Amino acid sequence: MENAIAWIFIFPLFGSVFVALSRYVNIKLAYPISVLSMAGAFWAGVETLRQAMASPNHEISYLLGGWTLDLFPRGVGIEFRADLLASLIVLIVLGVGLIVTVYSKIHVEKETPNKEAIYYSLMLLQITGLAGICLTGDAFNLYVLIEVAALTGYGLIAIGSNRAAAATFNYLILGTIGASLYLLGVGYLYIKTGTLNMVGIQEVIEANGLTDSATMQVAFVLIGVGILIKMAFFPFHAWLPNAYCNAPTTTSCLLAPLVTKVMIYVMIRMVLTVFGVEFSFESTIWVSWMPWLVVIAIICAAFLALSQREIKRMLAYLIVAEVGYMVGGVWIYNYYGLIGSIFHIISDACMTLCLFLGTGIILHKCKTTHFDGIRGLFSKMPFTMIGFFVGGFSIIGLPPTCGFFSKWYLITGGMVSGHWEYLVVLMFSTMVMVILFFRLIERIHLAVDESGKNLGKGHGDLGLSREQTRFDEAPLIMLIPLLVAAATVIVIGIYNQEVVNQIETFLQAYDLPTGVEYE
Amino acid sequence: MSLPIIVEDVRPLIALIAPWFGLLGIMLAGEKRANLRELITFGAASVQAAVVLSMLPIILGGSIIEFHIWQIFSNVPMLLRVDGPGLLFALVASILWIATTLYSIGYMRGLHEHAQTRFYSFFALSLSATMGVAFSANLLTIYFFYEMLSVSTFPLVTHMQDKEARTGGRTYLGYLLFTSLCLLLPALSWCYIWLDGGQMTMDFLSDTGKIGYFSETTQFALLLLFTFGFAKAGLMPFHSWLPGAMVAPTPVSALLHAVAVVKVGVFCVYRVYADIFGVDVLTKMNGQDWTMILASATILISSLIALSQDNLKRRLAFSTIGQLGYIILGAAIATDRGQGGAVLHIAMHACGKITLFFCAGAIFVATGKKYVSQLRGLGRRMPITMGAFMIGSLSVIGLPPLGGFVSKWYLALGALDRDVMWVVAVLLISSLLNVFYLLPVAVTAFFRSGDTEEEEQSIKEAPWPCVVPLAFTALGCFALFFWSDALLKLAGVTP
Repeated sequence: MENAIAWIFIFPLFGSVFVALSRYVNIKLAYPISVLSMAGAFWAGVETLRQAMASPNHEISYLLGGWTLDLFPRGVGIEFRADLLASLIVLIVLGVGLIVTVYSKIHVEKETPNKEAIYYSLMLLQITGLAGICLTGDAFNLYVLIEVAALTGYGLIAIGSNRAAAATFNYLILGTIGASLYLLGVGYLYIKTGTLNMVGIQEVIEANGLTDSATMQVAFVLIGVGILIKMAFFPFHAWLPNAYCNAPTTTSCLLAPLVTKVMIYVMIRMVLTVFGVEFSFESTIWVSWMPWLVVIAIICAAFLALSQREIKRMLAYLIVAEVGYMVGGVWIYNYYGLIGSIFHIISDACMTLCLFLGTGIILHKCKTTHFDGIRGLFSKMPFTMIGFFVGGFSIIGLPPTCGFFSKWYLITGGMVSGHWEYLVVLMFSTMVMVILFFRLIERIHLAVDESGKNLGKGHGDLGLSREQTRFDEAPLIMLIPLLVAAATVIVIGIYNQEVVNQIETFLQAYDLPTGVEYE
Repeated sequence: MSLPIIVEDVRPLIALIAPWFGLLGIMLAGEKRANLRELITFGAASVQAAVVLSMLPIILGGSIIEFHIWQIFSNVPMLLRVDGPGLLFALVASILWIATTLYSIGYMRGLHEHAQTRFYSFFALSLSATMGVAFSANLLTIYFFYEMLSVSTFPLVTHMQDKEARTGGRTYLGYLLFTSLCLLLPALSWCYIWLDGGQMTMDFLSDTGKIGYFSETTQFALLLLFTFGFAKAGLMPFHSWLPGAMVAPTPVSALLHAVAVVKVGVFCVYRVYADIFGVDVLTKMNGQDWTMILASATILISSLIALSQDNLKRRLAFSTIGQLGYIILGAAIATDRGQGGAVLHIAMHACGKITLFFCAGAIFVATGKKYVSQLRGLGRRMPITMGAFMIGSLSVIGLPPLGGFVSKWYLALGALDRDVMWVVAVLLISSLLNVFYLLPVAVTAFFRSGDTEEEEQSIKEAPWPCVVPLAFTALGCFALFFWSDALLKLAGVTP
């Protein structure tokens, strides 16, 4: 299959059109069409990764519209490039997309009745946008795709309850500011380098020694801050919790694992590919103060997460903290840190997916995600709880989940680069995660309530009615995606070497310090 | 030193997986078929013990067994290896699991406990993790099983599901996860990345002493991080989780908090001292005396605290902390006989202390009494239980002809080899303290009469599934003394 990279877009893009049209035929068709097109896209993603791994320089390039490099200079047309990093991340995006689409059926029918067609259409477009962000090789095209993902995201959130509209407005304002800053930065880049192609920009920077240029500095700051806003880096996180908590369940399941993670991918892409290691780390001052901002971000996000009494909201703040992890992994400027950062994008997507799918099921069954509503759930839904806590243990970083391995590389990076403050804050937030999840386990297993008093008398009497503890598991169409996600968390952990090998191959093209000097 | 012959064999993995099949069977049998469920637990425990036993001749013959599971990192395998100390530990844990299963049946049914299926399931999981620790061949493998044990024992500690259980569970996980995630993980990461050009596997056999390439300060920092990081070893000041965990049902306290969990902790510390640092590096280190001082302080302080405890299980818990201190002390002495004594003490103390916990549980089942001061006159009504308690006490104190004597003897010999007389003094003083806090329990029971005649008449021995195991382990204390030759050989000391 030669054009696998194009099929990644064709499936969801045309799928979304068909889904939108299905309301005129039979609205029941929307779900199967979406699942089928996501399955197709996922298959194309696997194929792309396979091709990228097989090709001699570990990347495949697809020139959209048939322009050729020997007739035109780079930057004339749009180029899609799938190197190992891009194809790994796009595979995760498509995988998460597929699982969420399968999972969505009951939620979408219940929460957005009669709007299924429009909902699934937006969802497929969202995935198209996110996948495009990963694969595009063009800085301006990236902006377009960010906006595609953002606009569909606003739609997906606002389609829910009334409160969602306000949250969406907030998100819209901040998201637009972020995207505009990015666009402005790209403008500066174009002024200075005369091209929009990512590799082309890098070539011009290197050929003309633009590392000291003030214009480039401005471009870097604009793009950097724009991306930080889009990825909800503390203190730009305000849009995220409200948007994800008031959105329809499926929306938060789709956006939470992907949007922030894809934006971190964009940051890594900008730092490594567009501006280059030399410019980003040597010529800017970001290296010296970003690690400290990360420390502040993680600490604040951890405390905010601690103060929540609702699972969804707690998870939203957890994501903000995790964003801090990954940004830190990049800016400690170290080979191992970057491995950790990239690996964490993958593992965080999987574990957040686990947690949000589990939360969705809790919401479906208990009508609430408040801590008091989940007492004694373990006897009611053991399988859901197992799936949920596999995600939780991965966030804590217990082996052999994938969260352990990404944290391992982040810790190593912090240590060898001498950024002890980053190491300490990682440890701190790990302990906060332990508290967060074992507090939930106390609610679920021991059935203690908010005041800390157990309403039961011990010996199995948890003060719950028979109704509350009777085995009542979620429908299979929700449970199976959750368990698949949980299994993925463990499988990626066990086969972490396969993933890390690809990341290492990708990073070898860049001149990064390992920080380790052996005698 | 010639390297031992390495035999590739799947048996360590079977010992590790047997509890998982047990778990599956236990869950399928469920609460409704309780007898079948207990039979499955017995089956899993017996298979495990038989497999471990079957490896004994190979190890005594001087070979070691290895089995490769998967590659954790490209250069670090998850490798199982059975050597002398590992097999000794595995033997103790798996044989005592059988005894504890029988005991649990008596205890849990005697008290009509709830959620017994969950109890037996997680018990099986814990034993799997324990086998993993015993058979780990490198530091990362041991870490994986160590964490698995922390998580799988949490539902057991909080079994009662009341407020007390919540507090105990919080302390338990708080201490264990804080130390393992915040102290141990950075230390591990540091070793793996810096040593040997990043090609380090931290293997217990082939990488002993490589840590000596680090600067003196780093070595000392790592030593402390490892010593405190394995908080299951109960070294002060990270010991409070153990008394907290006493809220668990007694079989859990007996097997896990006298044998499996705490012994996993000291076994890990022993591995670090003996097989990561190695005798040579340890004796050359300046700061190394500190580990001996810490262990000695733990021994003495915990013994003093134990003196003041009236709750029998808490008294035993502090006694355990002290006895764990012996093992760390033996490993820290860094002589062959001292470290051999430490390994022996894992077995000897396990057998003695599990007897004491079994007795405490049996008393609770039979009379509902938890405090030492309530035990007056019990000796006449429960002669087997209190007799076993006496034997267990004497073994823990370290009198011949009981197992506890042998290990203490070698600890003292090890201290003499290193020429640290104050360690010998600590051993003597603490033995005296042991006498003070253990013997009064049995003495009160036998020689003081109870409050009223009728109350005394109504008391009789606990159900037989409780009594048989404790008699068995009490006799085991004798057996360990008379058959200590094989154990000495496993521990790697020549008599």
